Amino acid sequence: MSGNLLGFTPNEMMTIAASRALKNDDVCFVGIGAPSAACNVARLTHAPNITLIYESGTIGTAPDVLPLSIGDGELCETAVTTVAVPEMFRYWLQGGRISIGFLGAAQLDKFGNINTTVIGDYFHPKTRLPGGGGAPEIATSSKEVYITMAQSRRGMVEKIDFFTSFGHGEGGDHRKRLGIDTAGPTLLITDLAIWKPDPVTKEFTVVSLHPGVSREQVQESCGWVVKFAEALDETPAPSELELTTLRDLQARTKAAHEGTGREKAA
Amino acid sequence: MVKFLPLKQAVAENLNDGDSVAFEGFTHLIPTAAAHEAIRQGFRDLTLIRMTPDLIYDQMIGMGMAKKIVFSYVGNPGVGLLRRARDAIENGFPRSIEVEEHSHAGMANAYEAGAAGLPCAVFRGYRGAGLAEVNPNIRSVTCPFTGEVLAAVPSIRPDVTFIHAQKADRKGNVLVEGIIGIQKEAVLAAKRAVVTVEEVVDTFDDLHPNLTVLPRWTIAAISVVPGGSHPSYAHGYYARDNAAYLEWDEIAADRVKFQAWMQANVIGKSAADFAGRVEHLRRAA
Repeated sequence: MSGNLLGFTPNEMMTIAASRALKNDDVCFVGIGAPSAACNVARLTHAPNITLIYESGTIGTAPDVLPLSIGDGELCETAVTTVAVPEMFRYWLQGGRISIGFLGAAQLDKFGNINTTVIGDYFHPKTRLPGGGGAPEIATSSKEVYITMAQSRRGMVEKIDFFTSFGHGEGGDHRKRLGIDTAGPTLLITDLAIWKPDPVTKEFTVVSLHPGVSREQVQESCGWVVKFAEALDETPAPSELELTTLRDLQARTKAAHEGTGREKAA
Repeated sequence: MVKFLPLKQAVAENLNDGDSVAFEGFTHLIPTAAAHEAIRQGFRDLTLIRMTPDLIYDQMIGMGMAKKIVFSYVGNPGVGLLRRARDAIENGFPRSIEVEEHSHAGMANAYEAGAAGLPCAVFRGYRGAGLAEVNPNIRSVTCPFTGEVLAAVPSIRPDVTFIHAQKADRKGNVLVEGIIGIQKEAVLAAKRAVVTVEEVVDTFDDLHPNLTVLPRWTIAAISVVPGGSHPSYAHGYYARDNAAYLEWDEIAADRVKFQAWMQANVIGKSAADFAGRVEHLRRAA
């Protein structure tokens, strides 16, 4: 597919675009999966001093491989400090010390509301998903929220089945009306584009297309009618350093996670 | 006063049908051996409390032991869904279970309130969250000083809490280190606490004074079970068996395969089998 002709995949572009959004002085609460890869690529490239926090209580962690869970041992071994879970949520998140909450999503709507709880009715679910974990409070206590996910019509929907984490609600000043004084979702990075909320309506709007991606592709894999910014940018392609860093990280991670199984079989 | 007991006896003396019980461990030090012993003894109608009910609650739910689960993340961490728990929630198999769902912040605050002897926890949470609409135990209070509306949840006070820890000294004091999760709060919030440990050492005299030590009089029973948190890990002893978490996804996906696995690896085994399961992970720790 087109990704291979360009020398990188859409998923690699997504992770690298997400990593670029993070700054050296950010204090980032890291969700597992795609956010974790992006945060660690940032740390290994342009933001070596970024503080990465996982909800297991590890603050300022610098893992050599991506953790499978949010509490793998290496997170603790490389952390500046490891605190108990109540302290994590009370002092560090609720206390307003997190600049970026970085979340993934199973279902997302155009106002950045996230569902990771159920597909279908809550009490009679078609599919019971894992639920929110730390996300409901990450979404409201972090100063800003970044979201990253691969696009699909199943994932990006007009109406989510459950409000696991509150984004901009119905849009506009809905957060303010609920007494939430943090900015909420300010950035969405998908495998096709970079999106930012409209300053007034808060609807996510495409501001940059990844190299080789058309407006039609973005619309085809999104369940709502997509708005595009008037001045649409093209996301810079991954640099050699970014790609190498990501691929090395993923290779180390794969070897480490499969390693225990191979040894057991031996 | 704390007693050193074989795990079989420690579980039999402290867990009863119908109890509310927490087998806590936040990705680290998960008390798998204790959970497996409870499965072998076949307790019924348990209310299972845990922030992250991973493989062990999937197993207990799949064996029909739970009437209710209280949780904040019902997934296989980093892998995906818990398929036995899903089968119970979606299809009522092997029995229907009641669900009380919170966020991590809600559960952590509720355990802390339980440890503090408070009736409820107050925190800034659940704002705009759908859980507040489906869980009647998520309510609000107004701060009498500022007027801010805050979330309130009842404290968690389990009948019994099980945790796994690195070591006990001969007197029965317990050391937990690394990712300490919610273990201390879960022990102090419970009426009774049972701890499995990797080993017993003579004294804790050489420990750093701020390490997490649970005094012996906060614990009902200690059982020495090396490897007792496999496939989770024990910081300083052995690494997490990530491959086992990946394999579980396939085992739990099928009712028949699940039963066969449980017979071969839990029902037909004992606490003594755990040490062998972590041998290949020790050098990686």
